[in-house]
Amino acid sequence: MSTLVPLPVVLPLLGAALTLLLAGRPQTQRTVSVGCLSISLTVAVVLLVQAYRQGPLVVQIGGWPAPVGIVLVADQLAALMLVVSSAVTLCVLLYSIGQGQAETGERSPVAIFHPTYLVLTAGVCNAFLAGDLFNLFVGFEMLLAASFVLITLNGTALRIRTGSTYVVVNVLASMIFLISVGLVYAATGTLNLAQLTARLDALPDGVRLSLQLMLLVAFGIKAAVFPLSAWLPDSYPTAPAPVTAVFAGLLTKVGVYAIIRTQTLLFPGQQAGELLMVAAGLTMLVGILGAVAQSDIKRLLSFTLVSHIGYMIFGVGLSTVAGLVGAIFYVVHHITIQTTLFLISGLVEQRAGSTDLRRLGGLSRLAPMVGVLFFVSAMNLAGIPPFSGFLGKLGLLQAGVAAGGPLPWTLVAVGTVTSLLTLYVASRVWNIAFWRSPCETVAPTAPLPALMVGATVALVALGVALTFVAGPLFEFTGRAAEDLIERTPYVRAVLPGGAS
Amino acid sequence: MRAGANLVSFVTIGVLVGCGVTLLLERSLSRVLLGVILIGNGVNLLIVFGGRSGAAPVVGASDEAAMSDALPQAMVLTAIVITFGFTAFLLAISYRSWYLSGDDEVPDDVEDREIVRRAAQREMSVADLAGEPPTADPQQVDAPAPPREEGPG
Repeated sequence: MSTLVPLPVVLPLLGAALTLLLAGRPQTQRTVSVGCLSISLTVAVVLLVQAYRQGPLVVQIGGWPAPVGIVLVADQLAALMLVVSSAVTLCVLLYSIGQGQAETGERSPVAIFHPTYLVLTAGVCNAFLAGDLFNLFVGFEMLLAASFVLITLNGTALRIRTGSTYVVVNVLASMIFLISVGLVYAATGTLNLAQLTARLDALPDGVRLSLQLMLLVAFGIKAAVFPLSAWLPDSYPTAPAPVTAVFAGLLTKVGVYAIIRTQTLLFPGQQAGELLMVAAGLTMLVGILGAVAQSDIKRLLSFTLVSHIGYMIFGVGLSTVAGLVGAIFYVVHHITIQTTLFLISGLVEQRAGSTDLRRLGGLSRLAPMVGVLFFVSAMNLAGIPPFSGFLGKLGLLQAGVAAGGPLPWTLVAVGTVTSLLTLYVASRVWNIAFWRSPCETVAPTAPLPALMVGATVALVALGVALTFVAGPLFEFTGRAAEDLIERTPYVRAVLPGGAS
Repeated sequence: MRAGANLVSFVTIGVLVGCGVTLLLERSLSRVLLGVILIGNGVNLLIVFGGRSGAAPVVGASDEAAMSDALPQAMVLTAIVITFGFTAFLLAISYRSWYLSGDDEVPDDVEDREIVRRAAQREMSVADLAGEPPTADPQQVDAPAPPREEGPG
């Protein structure tokens, strides 16, 4: 069964090669990409079930044994991330096919969207499955290289401007990550995560703390944790809607995943917990206050994205099982909902020609379907019961209360305020864009393509379904979090002889 | 055994990364590109020096105890390829930026400056008046969306 583990990485890469060869045939390209991602999704679900029943699945690539060779590990956390990310990427792909974004434009020489998108997916999956730090780095670089191409798609002046910020910041983050990888190897002589658990514990406290902080800075930039988040709202909104959606949903969460993985597996204990909690509180507040000031839906959503990263970091910073459970649940919820909201902003743009609140109005009459979708998703993001946003926030706040102490209590207060401000921001968009009388400037456009609406509906449904499966999901994330805190299931699966 | 990792090599790494960071702080993309190359080289050296130095790690060619660590060398190859790819992409966008706007400087974020300007004038970012069309509010009519700046200046 563990032979399935590399498939979520290998399949999209093969698909990327194939779609690049099929550049002249958009129809076949579409079939290949949708096929690849559908199989990936199926494989991910199988892996999830297996990881739940049997514990972590491990593959030694090329037959090289664990500490030397490259290992891919699908434990419960990784498998859960794989399932959610595969489902989201598939929906976004369908949406972009519906939008015609994926087809060969007159200006782009090759149909570059499909191959790049598949490489991005492979990179995300590789980062989730990586069993050593260097492979994690490679996963990051794969998704980054693909995201560079996607964010500057068509090379218009605006996208080049925002894209250059994105590229420079992320290249710098990669360099910091690479420096940390080099230092970790110099200090311990290994990069295998399972073996590092033992070797890092043997290091002096100062060395270990500096390695931990280096990695946190690198992942913090990618996850857009304040004060390392300023690049995100500047660069995301100008990309095409499906691209922004998949970036918002997945790329920052890969950073959060890396933080969860390294903090729990490599650096257990409270050492950076307080730092993370302070950063989390500031991320929530600064992000949401930024969103309040925005007048463009996409920029506003980018700021809420930054703000809600704070919730997950809060959960990690608590370093308790309950905190991790909340953080993992929140990651799952937030990947779905943030992607959905960006897809809806794409629908608004398609329908009304703009996402600028100063030009929008009366959309609830113009496009009632989009109105319903937005309303449900916005309430979900803000955390109105009974949606999963509420359950995720409740889990985190309960974990904060249970932890006790001045800092967790402050964070609980900040989290509540952020949730209320998110509700304010969401209702502002609703009031202005959907509820008030139509602007004269809104030109009636062609009806929305069915595939775009269909893909968005599917994601909204997934978001709502999280409410219904919240019980089992919390139980699952609970077990995943216990395994993470305990560390031995992961280590024993990778190195049956024990780490040394 | 650790002849490879001495003070000179670490000073070299420091100078490379330091110069790279200085260049990275520039506005012009071609200087940023040079900065990325310098930092990349410094970091790659750091990784190589992270392993044990010694003879070529080929079985049969040298004594096993005297061999250098092959793992960082394998990793650094990958890292070099990745840095190379990023360099190529940065070159491409700085060329594209020059092609579109005549130079390759990274301009400011337009929206942020707009918000700062409005905050200074105590204007609301949008009329938060539900139910009222934007034309009914004189401030809205006078304040259409700012034109997106196509390049610097």
